[in-house]
Amino acid sequence: MKKTLMKGNIALCEGAIAAGCKAYFGYPITPQNEVPAHMSKRMPELGLVFLQAESEVAAINMVLGASATGVRVMTSSSSPGVSLKQEGISYLVGCELPAVIVNVQRGGPGLGNISGSQADYFQATKGGGHGDYRMIVLAPSSVQDMYDHTMLAFDLADKYRTPVMLLADGVVGQMMEPLMLNKYIPAATGDRSWVLDGARGREPRSVKSLLMAEGALERHNLELRKKFDLIEANETRIETKNTDDAEIIIVAFGISARVAYSTMRALRAAGKKIGVARPVTLWPFPQKTISELAKPGRKFLVAEMNMGQMVEDVRLAVNGKCPVEFYGRPGGGLVNQEEMIERINKM
Amino acid sequence: MKKILSKTESLKATPHLYCPGCGHGIIHRLVAESIDELGLREKTIGIAPVGCAVFAYDYFNFDVSEAPHGRPPAVATGIKRVRPDKIVFTYQGDGDLAAIGTAETIHAANRGENITVIFVNNANYGMTGGQMAPTTLIGQKTATSPYGRDPKREGYPMKVCELLSSLEGVAYLERVSVSNPKNIISAKRAIKKAFQNQVDGKGFSLVEVLSQCPVDWGMTPQNSIKWVEDVFVKAFPLGVYKDKK
Repeated sequence: MKKTLMKGNIALCEGAIAAGCKAYFGYPITPQNEVPAHMSKRMPELGLVFLQAESEVAAINMVLGASATGVRVMTSSSSPGVSLKQEGISYLVGCELPAVIVNVQRGGPGLGNISGSQADYFQATKGGGHGDYRMIVLAPSSVQDMYDHTMLAFDLADKYRTPVMLLADGVVGQMMEPLMLNKYIPAATGDRSWVLDGARGREPRSVKSLLMAEGALERHNLELRKKFDLIEANETRIETKNTDDAEIIIVAFGISARVAYSTMRALRAAGKKIGVARPVTLWPFPQKTISELAKPGRKFLVAEMNMGQMVEDVRLAVNGKCPVEFYGRPGGGLVNQEEMIERINKM
Repeated sequence: MKKILSKTESLKATPHLYCPGCGHGIIHRLVAESIDELGLREKTIGIAPVGCAVFAYDYFNFDVSEAPHGRPPAVATGIKRVRPDKIVFTYQGDGDLAAIGTAETIHAANRGENITVIFVNNANYGMTGGQMAPTTLIGQKTATSPYGRDPKREGYPMKVCELLSSLEGVAYLERVSVSNPKNIISAKRAIKKAFQNQVDGKGFSLVEVLSQCPVDWGMTPQNSIKWVEDVFVKAFPLGVYKDKK
């Protein structure tokens, strides 16, 4: 295992390559420009496919085509560009095609700005595209996560034949940290009977989401629901620290969780009983763990770089058992330790 | 006894749901015959559009993928780039290819993607009930141009072959029709050539097929054929628009 220094956006590229990503399709947008730039150099070097698409719409549909042939494929973008990919994401879910989609979030709404943000939580976790669907969403909070989560994202996408989003942000994407280039251990190959590779000596196959026969689409949705239930049961991930005796638990994901950890350390040193719960999967949301942490006499502070999005899921999980307060910085504003401590001192 | 006609292997036995007198059935047959004659069926991956041909995977006897409306050239690009050994083609209508998918069409063409595009132009949106298309003729009445297409309001019919002919990545462009046996034979030759070009690695080949749409045009099948020959081809002249050597 090699230790190296790397930018988050580069780490995710290397994670993808390590996981066997065969093609990357993307379009330039800040703050994820390092991804297409790095892939344009690395993929051809390895005899793999890089293509700069004419739009994010085209890029996600190139992903759809490549995925239909059974190869590992990825696209990346940032918030406004990810909005354009929503149509394709809905089709990927409907057609049951695996893919990895990276959103290095920036401030919104609209063109917003190019600072790191967590404003696309709703879009990522509540179904940004049309139709009744769910998508696995991973929230990396370090350069190491950018590498590891990308590998995990490919495995989950293949395991469940569904798109997986890496919901990063401009801070995690742009910062440099040491990371271990962990070896990728290939996951078991699942069923391949859906892959389009030419009907040689077999019946033809089709990849589709259009189901017009009486009741067919309802049955398809019920089958998808079974799959989503299975993902919820098997793939929910959360990291907790010092929650056993905590009087206040900070709930934060991605880069905000890093600030939550440093706040916790500072306040613990001053004798305050603070813990942290960091959802690693935003969907499936770690509802059960949060619910179990909600004990009388305890308070929650949800910290996000938005106006309050994940806080709604935390409140649903806590279900009125304890107070849930919110500290947020929207529009590219950064949550920081001083403000977080000040906020906790008022609780 | 000599066998002179047999079932086209690249077509399934499924009866198609196209309207009586529609040109799609003929065009499906020409595509299927071309693929059979070139021996490509087992390595072909087709892309169905959104529009009348959305159920193409029910009729073609080879692998077919769906694509969102207008995105078949992007989906085809994704497939061909990772599986260059496969024969990849899109089958698209005028709304799919020349309205909502204009960017995907132009850029796949300009990149010279080694794919085949079968572009069915019937001067309206057939599937949704005969609305105005980018290729609707001036003065033509449709569900959304009830007073006739007025260029001051809706612009001019979009001529895809002419438009794409300036792009260097494009290998072959031809406009054909399926209004009579002579034209059908000519259309078959063009479609087969567009697939042969892909086998030969020549790059982007597109065949625009003027097709009759009697139901949405509000005509009898006979009159729709007459309209293709008397009116449609005047606005969209048949012929080869590009044939890169």
